[in-house]
Amino acid sequence: MKLQKATRCALFAILELAADPGRQMSAHEIADKYGISTNHLAKVLRSLGRAGLLEAVRGAGGGYRFSGSVKRTTLLDVIQLFETIDPLARGEREDGDDTKAGAALCQVLTEIEDIARATFASISLETMLKVVEKKG
Amino acid sequence: MPEILLRGGEAAYTLRTATQGDIAQVAAIDVSITGIEKPGYWEDIHDRYVRQPAEDTGLAHLNRLFLCACQGETVIGFIVGEIRAWEFGSPPCGWVFAIGVRRDLRTRHVAQTLFQAACDSFRAAGISIIRTMLARDNTLAMSFFRSQGMMAGPFIQLEMELQPS
Ligand SMILES: CC(C)(COP(=O)(O)OP(=O)(O)OC[C@H]1O[C@@H](n2cnc3c(N)ncnc32)[C@H](O)[C@@H]1OP(=O)(O)O)[C@@H](O)C(=O)NCCC(=O)NCCS
Repeated sequence: MKLQKATRCALFAILELAADPGRQMSAHEIADKYGISTNHLAKVLRSLGRAGLLEAVRGAGGGYRFSGSVKRTTLLDVIQLFETIDPLARGEREDGDDTKAGAALCQVLTEIEDIARATFASISLETMLKVVEKKG
Repeated sequence: MPEILLRGGEAAYTLRTATQGDIAQVAAIDVSITGIEKPGYWEDIHDRYVRQPAEDTGLAHLNRLFLCACQGETVIGFIVGEIRAWEFGSPPCGWVFAIGVRRDLRTRHVAQTLFQAACDSFRAAGISIIRTMLARDNTLAMSFFRSQGMMAGPFIQLEMELQPS
């Protein structure tokens, strides 16, 4: 499974900042660490700010600080701000879906979507940070 | 068993093996979670996971456990598990079949204490993997098990509806 670039940037930024909610970091610092474009990340950070997960700190040495809940925010909450991982469950339809083969394909893809959704929905940022820690 | 202080409150609780007298309270917690009455089910679990292993040392290798978290005589949570070997081709592994905590006492680490006690018990029996199965849409239980470090394992559950012959 592949996540879009903006989603990956968002997850990296959120995990970086949520690891220490008191800390603030600039887009440049985060982009540097993950080898991503600062411009791209800046846009993503603004979206996360609008969603209430990050707070912008103004002025010299400004940046972003985590302002969500590490226990109650899940990976799905972050991902869904940038992409839909379960288009079928959300009613998206494609050419051929009305045929028997199309319906069978939808059934198989729905199975995969359901598992992906259940996985992302059950991993809180706190749990994900524990997985990150284990990566040494 | 030492008393454990309930997080976010003064009250303390202990863990102990379920007794005959706990069955009705465990069944009540189960009904409050699942909404399904299961007459005889919890009596049978107590029989197989507590009474029989106590009488038959030949069952010791299964490490059957049915633990309750109790405040005095009030049951506030429970867990059921055992070691299973070679089913589905799997080497010996600890299974958790059921876990539940009273609604009014949740998010105070009662389930975590029960789960860690099960882990300790399996570990002491030489087991290195603990496994469970749960409904995909049970986000609450899945979040709990993941918070304890569980991830998807190498097995996948399949099923089909049996058509009448
Ligand atoms: C799942 C259940 C057993 C958890 O019991 P609990 O005593 O409230 O859980 P704990 O307090 O030990 O929680 C441990 C961790 O699980 C996670 N967790 C527990 N409840 C959560 C919730 N509502 N939302 C998100 N994460 C949660 C948290 O990471 C928590 O750690 P933290 O409080 O330090 O953040 C309880 O909610 C329950 O009985 N649910 C119904 C059980 C069920 O569906 N059983 C059927 C499957 S066998």
